[in-house]
Amino acid sequence: MAEYLEPKVLYAGDSAVTIEFGDSIDIKVNARVQQLRQLIERGQFTGVVELVPTYRSLTVYFDPVAVGDVTPFFERLKKLAADTKGEVPEGGLIIVIPVCYGGEFGPDMQNVIDHTGLPEEEIIKRHTAVDYYCYMLGFTPGFSYLGGMDESLATPRLKEPRKVIPAGSVGIAGKQTGIYPIDSPGGWQLIGRTPLRLFDPQGQPPFLIDAGMWVRFRSIDRKEYDEIALQVATRTYKPEILTKSGDVK
Amino acid sequence: MIFEVLSPGLLTTVQDLGRWGYQGKGMPVAGAMDPQALKIGNILVGNDPGEAALEITLMGPTLAVVEGEGLIAVTGAEIAFTVNDIEVPLWQSVKVQAGDTITLSALKGHGCRAYLCVSGSLDMPIVMGSKSTYLRAGVGGFNGRALKAGDRISTGPLKPLTWLSADFSCPEHLRPDRKLDLPLRVVLGPQDDAFTEKGLKTFLESEYTITNEADRMGYRLEGPVIEHKSGADIISDAIPLGAVQVPGHGKPICMLADRQTTGGYTKIAVLSTPDIAVLAQRIPGQTVQFKTISLEESIAATKAEREQIEELLRLRASYRSRRVIPVGSPKAKISERWALRVNGNVYEVIVEELD
Repeated sequence: MAEYLEPKVLYAGDSAVTIEFGDSIDIKVNARVQQLRQLIERGQFTGVVELVPTYRSLTVYFDPVAVGDVTPFFERLKKLAADTKGEVPEGGLIIVIPVCYGGEFGPDMQNVIDHTGLPEEEIIKRHTAVDYYCYMLGFTPGFSYLGGMDESLATPRLKEPRKVIPAGSVGIAGKQTGIYPIDSPGGWQLIGRTPLRLFDPQGQPPFLIDAGMWVRFRSIDRKEYDEIALQVATRTYKPEILTKSGDVK
Repeated sequence: MIFEVLSPGLLTTVQDLGRWGYQGKGMPVAGAMDPQALKIGNILVGNDPGEAALEITLMGPTLAVVEGEGLIAVTGAEIAFTVNDIEVPLWQSVKVQAGDTITLSALKGHGCRAYLCVSGSLDMPIVMGSKSTYLRAGVGGFNGRALKAGDRISTGPLKPLTWLSADFSCPEHLRPDRKLDLPLRVVLGPQDDAFTEKGLKTFLESEYTITNEADRMGYRLEGPVIEHKSGADIISDAIPLGAVQVPGHGKPICMLADRQTTGGYTKIAVLSTPDIAVLAQRIPGQTVQFKTISLEESIAATKAEREQIEELLRLRASYRSRRVIPVGSPKAKISERWALRVNGNVYEVIVEELD
């Protein structure tokens, strides 16, 4: 069973509660998580501190002193959760992430070629052909869990993880693809790098990708990489954001 | 005031109440490991309770006051605290000025994290709503890192309450009691149903030892294996502050201030808010036990702790320092101080007479 008949209210201590919609990674279940998040953000809830959407649940952090009696508070959340529908909004936002594939930025491209039996151009074509759904962020600041990669690209992780993977690296790990927002250790097969900063503490806003958005990779050459990198460094770069219905936002 | 760090101590970082609001983006909260001690320290020096201070771990720093004057207070762990080699009580504000040397050396009693609060708070950039240092990503605080010898730290401007709070001491009954060997209180959930009855019994009836892997991110405990029903892995969800995570090896890990925002292991319970700091003040080798309480009891305990802060704010409002020094204009005189309660909040009102 993917989706529960009724959303579950899970106790998570005296300052948080988790509303869980199902027990699988499913875009329809996640759509309910994003809807509940929007309903609470609009709903003038006293005492709500922050909301953390994940694959199949929403955790609501609250101030127990400001909330007062938690029973009606939980009831209200549960009722709102029950009102959500498992429909992915049609006008979803797509953020375009330019990536310079292969070469020095994709040190593991050969591993992916060897494992998949596909030539580099085909790997790039398939990696840029689909829009990836961002279910949630976690692991490190700004790391997005993306779904929807073409399974023919699936490649196991490196046997020996790297001690440092530079920020912006784009990689494949099993059936997943992702972007490293900050320098961190890891075992993903690196196939390219984006000049964009997914996490910039001084940025307005500090994070480029949000849960519920779509990510589209666009292949760029080294010259364009350098141009965009310069714009990012001088904070003049405007990220390309489209909507699922086709208009530029 | 300006301080120069003569020696930094083991791990001295800038912390306030944490960087809330970005967990949904994967950004850990960070913040003081013992927020109650931080709040009390700030009140003692005339600040608002949630302002940034230095969190000191195990072995403290030596600081020279190189410019200005103000109040400082040390709260939290029982640490040796001297100004110019003269011992100074903890939980009390003291005046320091240019030329003074502040030394926080070794622990001499319970606890492992102390807070050095300064009047006017620390002048640090506010990054994403907080001055807290998150070391792993190098965000916030003093250039995103722990203090080093030679660093210079400035405090913000003194506040009207600064000098009025001189020598103000936190009464014994309002200091958090971290000495008790009582079990840590937890509320079961969010994944307590992933454990067998035997597993839950093991968790609540066993003694666990704090391992050497105990830091701002979390405390790994050693002890009897907690039995899962069918597995320890879940689809990743949020990790609340104080969550007791039990991975496949069956040993609990308590998730603290610098924890990652999400994770894929079952969480058997969450520590009651006041007891998160009780654990954070314990050190490797010490033992802990867990005791389940209801959600309502845990909320009541959290409220009681908050009420102690309100009480201390009321006491500060009625406190009259023996060395009242005019604030604002040099000729200003403080004639009255009031504690006003409006909608449950306590406001301190100072009437200043200006010439």
